[in-house]
Amino acid sequence: MCAYSELVMDHFRSPRNRGRIERPDGVGEVGNPICGDMMTIMIRVKNDRLDDIKFETLGCGAAIAASSIVTEMAKGKTLLEALQISTETLAAQLSELPKNELHCSNLGADALHKAIMDYYGRRKAQPKKTRGGKVEYLERSEKQCCCPYCEHELPPGAVLCTNCGKSAGTE
Amino acid sequence: MIGKAGEDDGMIYLDNISGTPLHAEVRAAMVAYMEDGFGNPISQHRAGDEALETLERAREDVAGLIGANKTEIVFTSGGTESINQAVKGAAAAVGEKGRHIVTSNIEHQAVLRSLRALTRMGYRVTSVPVDEHGLVDPADVEKAVTDETILVSIMHANNEIGTVEPIGEIAGITRKRGVLLHTDAVASAGVVPVDVEALGIDLLSMAANQFYGPSGVGALFVRTGVKIAPLLDGGIQEGGLRAGTQNMIGIVGMGKAAQLAKREMSGRMEHLLNLKKMFIERIAEIDETLINGHPVKSLPHLVSCSVRYVEGESMVLLLDEEGICASTRSACATGSLRASHVLTSIGRDYTTTQGTVIFSFGIQNTRDDVAASSAAFKRAVDFLRSMSPLYHKK
Repeated sequence: MCAYSELVMDHFRSPRNRGRIERPDGVGEVGNPICGDMMTIMIRVKNDRLDDIKFETLGCGAAIAASSIVTEMAKGKTLLEALQISTETLAAQLSELPKNELHCSNLGADALHKAIMDYYGRRKAQPKKTRGGKVEYLERSEKQCCCPYCEHELPPGAVLCTNCGKSAGTE
Repeated sequence: MIGKAGEDDGMIYLDNISGTPLHAEVRAAMVAYMEDGFGNPISQHRAGDEALETLERAREDVAGLIGANKTEIVFTSGGTESINQAVKGAAAAVGEKGRHIVTSNIEHQAVLRSLRALTRMGYRVTSVPVDEHGLVDPADVEKAVTDETILVSIMHANNEIGTVEPIGEIAGITRKRGVLLHTDAVASAGVVPVDVEALGIDLLSMAANQFYGPSGVGALFVRTGVKIAPLLDGGIQEGGLRAGTQNMIGIVGMGKAAQLAKREMSGRMEHLLNLKKMFIERIAEIDETLINGHPVKSLPHLVSCSVRYVEGESMVLLLDEEGICASTRSACATGSLRASHVLTSIGRDYTTTQGTVIFSFGIQNTRDDVAASSAAFKRAVDFLRSMSPLYHKK
């Protein structure tokens, strides 16, 4: 039943950067309404770089691995570099993750970006460069789950898959 | 007694509700049949006669396990087919009398989806609730039955929380109202005593892989005189209810497994109940953990526990890392993207359902297995809670 790659299992077994930061400079909290996962990322910023980053996650193996991987990727990067870590780059790291669990990687990127935005918010600052004046990632946080049968993306709260017509969940 | 299947590589298999390992004697019977048996029981020659004799002996063993007559047993491909056959077959046969069916909120998907298929054909379904232990109140069934009702389908024991339903009392109601009663006994037949006469059941579904027989074979009990329509069109096998040449190797295994289950049942139950009690005692020190299901009216081998602030799949993965096989119904793991309908029906909130792990013991398990698995479970919970944002917040 376990469809996770060795990389995902390694991060799940031995998560990097788990825990909390006392008096963090930024906190990002996200929750996935569909599967009930919760993730908090805390950051400490020095000279515009992520000097330290920690996470806490309640979720499946993929969610925990995604948290570990995203913190590992972000640590030491400048804030702007860290903002470039997207759901897509993270999903590439989480290669072979079952499509239905890709939303776990969304959580990781979203929590990281939220923590950075929280840092900017606290300092009443903005990232120097955003695409089209908007921060793209924040609009992705509601990315949907996929049909367990045909992997078609489902709208929130869908009962039947709009593609194959099968039930998207239990009665 | 149980073959290597259950104990290879130091594996501790505690997912017997998903399917038990094959009993060594069952395997021996199946291997012997594979080597010598090949005839088709329907043939008019000696090879056919031999196969027929084997088939009928197995049928007698399965009938004996549930107190039925052997002419009342139909072999199928397993629990799901038995359930589909019972529910859809009954609806098709007696649908002219009425188009209303009563069921419960915690049935297996095989029942729920069969009923959903019938609602698309114009049948109406009333689903009765369960209490916080997962028990159906027979008074609710009585209220739900109308003059239009043709069938009541309530499971004998729930496969997620283990609660055993008051089927005997419900049968009293269906008998009085002249309504058919089907019970999904897949999780319980061969594990605990099930007697179709004492309970007063008309249709009962069961599967061999719940009592150390092979998967891919099951049976449907159809009380003498009860008319149901076949799902499959074809030959006249199984009294015309299940066309197609029988799965003889599987049936031989099921017959042997039924024979052993009947003979050893009380000893097995005592052993399983001891393991279950010990396991519950050992995990009692994990705080904020709920045991699901009825404390007494419950399967002797199943423990469903909901651990708050963690998620089920991650617990199952960590247990698997230690060689321990358990099961979860968390939305992530089942791929259904929804909380378990059984757990929400007994009033568990969404986050609690997410942290549910099901341990189901088998006759091959030992007290050492319980000690090792309860300790591993505690370690897994501690590890996951150490990084759970909700556990810290509480």
